[in-house]
Amino acid sequence: MIVKDAVCPFCGCLCDDIEVEVEGNRVVAVTNACELGTTKFMGEKRLKNPILRDGNEWKDITYDDAIRYAADMLLSAERPLLYGWSGTHGEAQCVGVHMAELIHGVIDNTSSVCHGPSILAIQEVGHPGCTLGVVKNRADLVIYWGSNPIDAHPRHLSRYTRYAEGFFLENAFRDRKVIVVDVRKTETANIADEFVQIKPGGDYAVLSALRAIVQGKTDTIPRTVAGVTREQLIRVANLCKSAKFGAVYFGLGLTMTQGKYKNIRNAIELISELNRHTKFTISAMRGHYNVYGSNEVNTWMTGYPFGIDFSRGIAFYNPGETTAVDILARKECDAALIVGSDPAAHFPRKCLEHLAEIPVVQLDPYPNATTAFCNVQIPVAVTGIDAEGTAYRMDGVPIRTRRVLSTDYLSDDEVLARMYALMQEAQRS
Amino acid sequence: MTELLVKNACVIDPLSGINGEVMDLAIRNGKIVEEVSDAAEVVDAHRMLTMPGGVDSHTHICGTKVNFGRYMSPEDMRAGRTPRRGAMHATSGYSVPTTYGNSYRYSVMGYTTLLEGAMAPLEARHTHEEFTYTPLQDTMANTLFDGNWGIMEAIRDGDTKRVAAIIAWTLKAVKGFAIKLTNPGGTEAWQWGKNVSCIRDPVPYFEVTPAEIIRSVVEANELLHLPHSVHLHCNNLGTPGNYTCTLGSMGLIPDLNKKRQTLYATHVQYHAYGGSGWKDFCSKSEPIANFVNMRPQIVMDMGQVMFGRTTTMTADGPMEFNLYRLHHDKWSNHDVELETGSGIIPVVYRRKNLVNSIMWAIGLELALLTKSPWQCLLTTDNPNGAPFVKYPEIIALLMSKRYRDAEFATIHPDTESRVPLPAIERELDWHEIAVMTRAGQTRALGIQDLGKGHLAPGADADVAIYPFKIDEVDPSAEYQRVIDGFSQTEYTIKRGRVVARRGECLVHGSNATFWVAPKVPENYDMGKDPDFIEKFDRYYTVRMRNYPVQDEYLTRSRCIETEAEL
Repeated sequence: MIVKDAVCPFCGCLCDDIEVEVEGNRVVAVTNACELGTTKFMGEKRLKNPILRDGNEWKDITYDDAIRYAADMLLSAERPLLYGWSGTHGEAQCVGVHMAELIHGVIDNTSSVCHGPSILAIQEVGHPGCTLGVVKNRADLVIYWGSNPIDAHPRHLSRYTRYAEGFFLENAFRDRKVIVVDVRKTETANIADEFVQIKPGGDYAVLSALRAIVQGKTDTIPRTVAGVTREQLIRVANLCKSAKFGAVYFGLGLTMTQGKYKNIRNAIELISELNRHTKFTISAMRGHYNVYGSNEVNTWMTGYPFGIDFSRGIAFYNPGETTAVDILARKECDAALIVGSDPAAHFPRKCLEHLAEIPVVQLDPYPNATTAFCNVQIPVAVTGIDAEGTAYRMDGVPIRTRRVLSTDYLSDDEVLARMYALMQEAQRS
Repeated sequence: MTELLVKNACVIDPLSGINGEVMDLAIRNGKIVEEVSDAAEVVDAHRMLTMPGGVDSHTHICGTKVNFGRYMSPEDMRAGRTPRRGAMHATSGYSVPTTYGNSYRYSVMGYTTLLEGAMAPLEARHTHEEFTYTPLQDTMANTLFDGNWGIMEAIRDGDTKRVAAIIAWTLKAVKGFAIKLTNPGGTEAWQWGKNVSCIRDPVPYFEVTPAEIIRSVVEANELLHLPHSVHLHCNNLGTPGNYTCTLGSMGLIPDLNKKRQTLYATHVQYHAYGGSGWKDFCSKSEPIANFVNMRPQIVMDMGQVMFGRTTTMTADGPMEFNLYRLHHDKWSNHDVELETGSGIIPVVYRRKNLVNSIMWAIGLELALLTKSPWQCLLTTDNPNGAPFVKYPEIIALLMSKRYRDAEFATIHPDTESRVPLPAIERELDWHEIAVMTRAGQTRALGIQDLGKGHLAPGADADVAIYPFKIDEVDPSAEYQRVIDGFSQTEYTIKRGRVVARRGECLVHGSNATFWVAPKVPENYDMGKDPDFIEKFDRYYTVRMRNYPVQDEYLTRSRCIETEAEL
């Protein structure tokens, strides 16, 4: 059996043109997906059933027992943390928000260690963006800044930019210019028309210089700015101003380097300025396939995209205080539910030391680095493979993932709904 | 079987011809019936004002741009917070509340049906997801066709039936309710950073004019026999002197439908400006209202501005960019491939600002100068002119000359020479307010036959009971009592259940979504049209099979099937 137009649950590109060949309820071939997506579709070594830590051993337990364990753990916690959410579907995220609200917990998603600073910048100056198809059909200039799609979002170039067909471009490959801005010559830089190499930590200065040139203050620019020559800065600014439609895609190379959210703010303000001359947009290269969906769900349900603290009943948001890393580092958190992410692979050591001290339940199909910190792990169906559900692409377009296999695994929202029902029952009695 | 008897209700139900009659309302299984058994639960209304549940025919509450308004505005979220309490979830937000915030606050004001004013087809799933979390109102979505490539190409080819066919396929696919045109042609031009100046200005590349888009889509709408008419946000919103463009757009519209208007012109306050610039900016509400008074084929809504902080959001991307250049606050924009766009900026409307003061007056003038309340409905284009929680104040302003004068004394002193408002004596009565807040919307949306907006047997039992008696309140003098009365119902009943009482929402609720599925002949089925499929495959970034909104997204699906005349 071949499933057509399957949706790849790997990165924020959320490619929905995948063909998956299934034989005997196993994926045997994947067409159109990149290497990352193919590996995910073909992935095996899934946990067979829920497991409970018993001394130095793992003991198999039933779903009922595992769900009961998690509900009891969260109900008895004073400062529970519900973290992750970017690797699951929207319906599960909604249950997560209701749970956090019920138990006065903190709910945070992976944005807080990823594009959180980009969101803070947007909250200061807004976001001139568009859907990916607008860029595909119109953009004659694309800038990748601090992002390396060949490695992280492999099909971004072929579906939406460098190698994509465009309605308003006669010969898209020839007529579309690509600029890469980075601290090192990445794979993506090799296929660019122009590569701007910045000294590490110099992004803010380069953005400021470009803004000045766009505003006609070229005289103020020194001979070099963070290792970039004045001539190249002027050339890049002119390419931007003379483009009919320009698009910037930035990654963690801009968001998580020196200057952080100020970099993004400066970049957005450059784009707002360019819109006085031509059409320009800017967007983040979101990582997880549904990290943006988690921001969306949190926002319509609580008002804030991440880092929401319900400890006082109302939704309270203060990144740096109400975000997962901070709550763990301050050793406030006394129980954690992890869904659809792997914090042990990404969080600072100090946070992990505390995570090792408290009860942790994880919902994840596969053993991962966080498994080592868990008291209980509950395997679930994988959204896009054996579970359906809503995911939001990096540009905000929501797509319903398809089920390509049928298994007995419960989906994230089924497990969470049962957990939530137990918690509601306990609160009533 | 559940039964409810509302006794001693002083009912104003314009669509049923009831005006202030004290009567009982019998309800069984969510519907109004002739009578119920003695076992029915009883609510005594004590002769309080009782009307069909409020209907908002133009509000922005759910979907991509609304959520982005929240996302970019933690300061607005902080401005309105309530904790989880009883059946109510926590809420945040003042001008762009969370979905629960919208739903509870509307319910407390007696509103039971809401039309989301602008849904981009490609992102429709998002709107429907948020509808699910707006549990205390029935919902429906205007669907944006202002910059639709397929439609503009069909118009260029002079093929109105193909225009209708594309609309039919899209509405059915995205589970939309009606056709919305926002700055027709302008949203496509904006994807090049350009705009169209008025209805005769051609759209770049497509070479069709807004006038042609409006006319063709109006014809297509009637070919499809849709319940609602075309819902138009005119070109040139917010610019001095734009009233001529508005009159030109309205002048394009023939009278094509016996049951309802042929054009719904939305937030007309923003389109009724005179002057050649901001310096001589003035009200042109009179020519607009006079024009509408002579044309039964047009219904408009006010788009009233109220002073204070709010968030503007519209599919009209170029307008928001112009506004950003005036205000220099944060600006978001989101263009949608092959379809439309949107923009968002926060604003503060100030009494001390002359332009804002004139805008405030214009909305009221439109309502007071339009003779028939059925032709000018009460909205703020929530949250663009003001958050919907300001509706009670607007009702009071329309009912009281004294209140208007008191407010007028506090605004910019030069306003007097720029607007006709101080000379208008008219005070609306309770019946007219009932028309402007539910009956008029119901007729304009074409949902009366679906049991909405009235209280005749067979109708959905959506009822609002306000805590005052109309023979004991003089709205002309006691405007504060009017404001208080409309701010919080004694009871809001939805589908036969009491869902809100004195400011508290009592049940979780479950909304129904109305959408249309026009039936077209085989040769007009775009799902099988080779040219349509090929263009879709090549230029959209979502596969055609993944585009339609699945049934899973509608909690209670109310599909309206129509027979298209193609």
